Amino acid sequence: MTKYVDQGKNDTRSGYGAGMTELGRTNPKVVALCADLVGSLKIQPFIDEHPERFFQVGIAEANMMGIAAGLTIGGKIPFASTFANFATGRVYDQIRQSIAYSGKNVKICASHAGITLGEDGATHQILEDIGLMKMLPGMTVINPCDYNQTKAATIAIAEHQGPVYLRFGRPKVANFTPVDQKFEIGKALLLNEGTDVTIIATGHLVWEALIAAENLESEGISAEVVNIHTIKPLDDAAVLKSVKKTGCVVTAEEHNYLGGLGESIARVLATRHPAPQEFVATQDTFGESGTPSQLMEKYGLNNKAIYEAVHRVLKRK
Amino acid sequence: MLSKEKHELLRVKAKDIRREIVTMVHRANSGHVGGSLGAADIISALYYHVMRHDPKNPEWEDRDRFILSKGHCTPVIYAALADCGYFPKEDLLEFRRPGSHLQGHPYQPKTPGIDASTGTLGIGISTGVGMALGAKLKKQDHYYYILCGDGEIQEGQVWEAAAFANKYKLDNVIGFVDRNYLQTDGYSEKVMPMDPLAPKWESFGWKVFEIDGHSFEEIIDTIEKAKKEKQPVMIIANTTKGKGVSFMEGEAEWHGKPPGKEDFEKAMLELE
Ligand SMILES: Cc1ncc(C[n+]2csc(CCOP(=O)(O)OP(=O)(O)O)c2C)c(N)n1
Ligand SMILES: [Mg+2]
Repeated sequence: MTKYVDQGKNDTRSGYGAGMTELGRTNPKVVALCADLVGSLKIQPFIDEHPERFFQVGIAEANMMGIAAGLTIGGKIPFASTFANFATGRVYDQIRQSIAYSGKNVKICASHAGITLGEDGATHQILEDIGLMKMLPGMTVINPCDYNQTKAATIAIAEHQGPVYLRFGRPKVANFTPVDQKFEIGKALLLNEGTDVTIIATGHLVWEALIAAENLESEGISAEVVNIHTIKPLDDAAVLKSVKKTGCVVTAEEHNYLGGLGESIARVLATRHPAPQEFVATQDTFGESGTPSQLMEKYGLNNKAIYEAVHRVLKRK
Repeated sequence: MLSKEKHELLRVKAKDIRREIVTMVHRANSGHVGGSLGAADIISALYYHVMRHDPKNPEWEDRDRFILSKGHCTPVIYAALADCGYFPKEDLLEFRRPGSHLQGHPYQPKTPGIDASTGTLGIGISTGVGMALGAKLKKQDHYYYILCGDGEIQEGQVWEAAAFANKYKLDNVIGFVDRNYLQTDGYSEKVMPMDPLAPKWESFGWKVFEIDGHSFEEIIDTIEKAKKEKQPVMIIANTTKGKGVSFMEGEAEWHGKPPGKEDFEKAMLELE
């Protein structure tokens, strides 16, 4: 199996912060907005270097989305950032009308996504945001897997014309993708070649998928691991190519099974190449308070859950 | 007038609540200590003097309601609810743990004494105003006490609720703005200027009082006055975030940082 080395645990939101620092230096059109969560979003270095390119909107996320849409006039590229819950659910219609429908070049940058937000609990743990955002016509939806990839994605979306939802998280997790990788929006990454089953994962679940694949290998099961960092537009060709080879798939995401990556994959397969699929995702439930690892375990979002899902799907092959 | 004994009781209860706040957040290694400490005197006055409530009967129809619109400050309300007897004190040990009814933010379906789920800032006041309207429709005469953060009131929704409460002359709503001039990113007037605050509420049709939010006399006298008004009332309570623990007072960094062992012990000494 292809070996991946953790270069040292780090949080994906710090990857966002580092990407913003770089954009601050390289792309004068980029401006940043935040709604009273600068520390959590790790954008203080950007602000220190370019105070005139940062706009603090206060605790007023709906307004932030409208201001960001307006700022695009004159060619600015606004990066509007807050927690994922307040960046999507709280402001859905502001995004829908002022940004998506109006085709505005706004980057919605959402930290603390999913259950690994941890102790603050269900009110802050959005598990519906991928669904909300992917349903908006014209919206690109990206959920990178580690620090390096989040940094690369942050830099890449500045070059993309159109609205983007960039989703990342709070806890420190393995950082295993290449430093200074080139990030290609919409391109699936084949992390490990296999023949028995395809594991398609996004975000924090990608590392868990690699661990699961390693455990499966020791049992003689060959798992292909695909990192889908871009949920929309989905790399249909990569999905089909892999599942045609292996004949079954497990999808893994830190999100409700309704509306998430798994459903997007199911759509591709149902229309083009039906195959057994198992979902590692939350089961139409809200989260709760706890540490990230306690919650990943309780809600079946870790390598163990992926491993078990693989065994289930193999029986259905 | 507040009797000497009553004043002493409120002072002691506020201190107990503060000790519990620091302990809970330290134990859970997460939670919001600053805004909870700052609101402890208001909560003590409400739960041990002002509010009509019965911990043995949390569903009592005619009770007064308290809504923690600044939902991150659960430690202050959980401490008071446990002490009043809404649930066993041992439950506090499970604060912010999986399976506990004491979630990071108020969860109305599970916690006795919690009347509205909050956490997203700006939403609690709408729910509270809606409940107050519901009480009017049922011809009930209890009060709705709604505690908002001064950062929270930057949310547009707060002002939508304010306009509505005026329209329906909801004189059973008594709100507080916890005016500590701090929020996550620091000094509130720098994050988003809201001063002059009193005229804003007044122009939305609310009667406004400004008080020292750590003075039991002022809190209680003002609520008595508020009850005589025929319109919604907002009490701008000037407070010190982190009140009671010297090194947390007025320090933005203690908004959402749990105290480690050393700071916990130092804080508890001050709260002897
Ligand atoms: C809609 C929303 N945006 C952001 C947050 C994150 N948040 C939690 S507390 C807080 C600051 C609150 O400040 P303030 O209302 O002044 O409360 P206090 O100072 O009393 O703690 C923020 C931004 C949130 N809970 N809800
Ligand atoms: Mg405040």
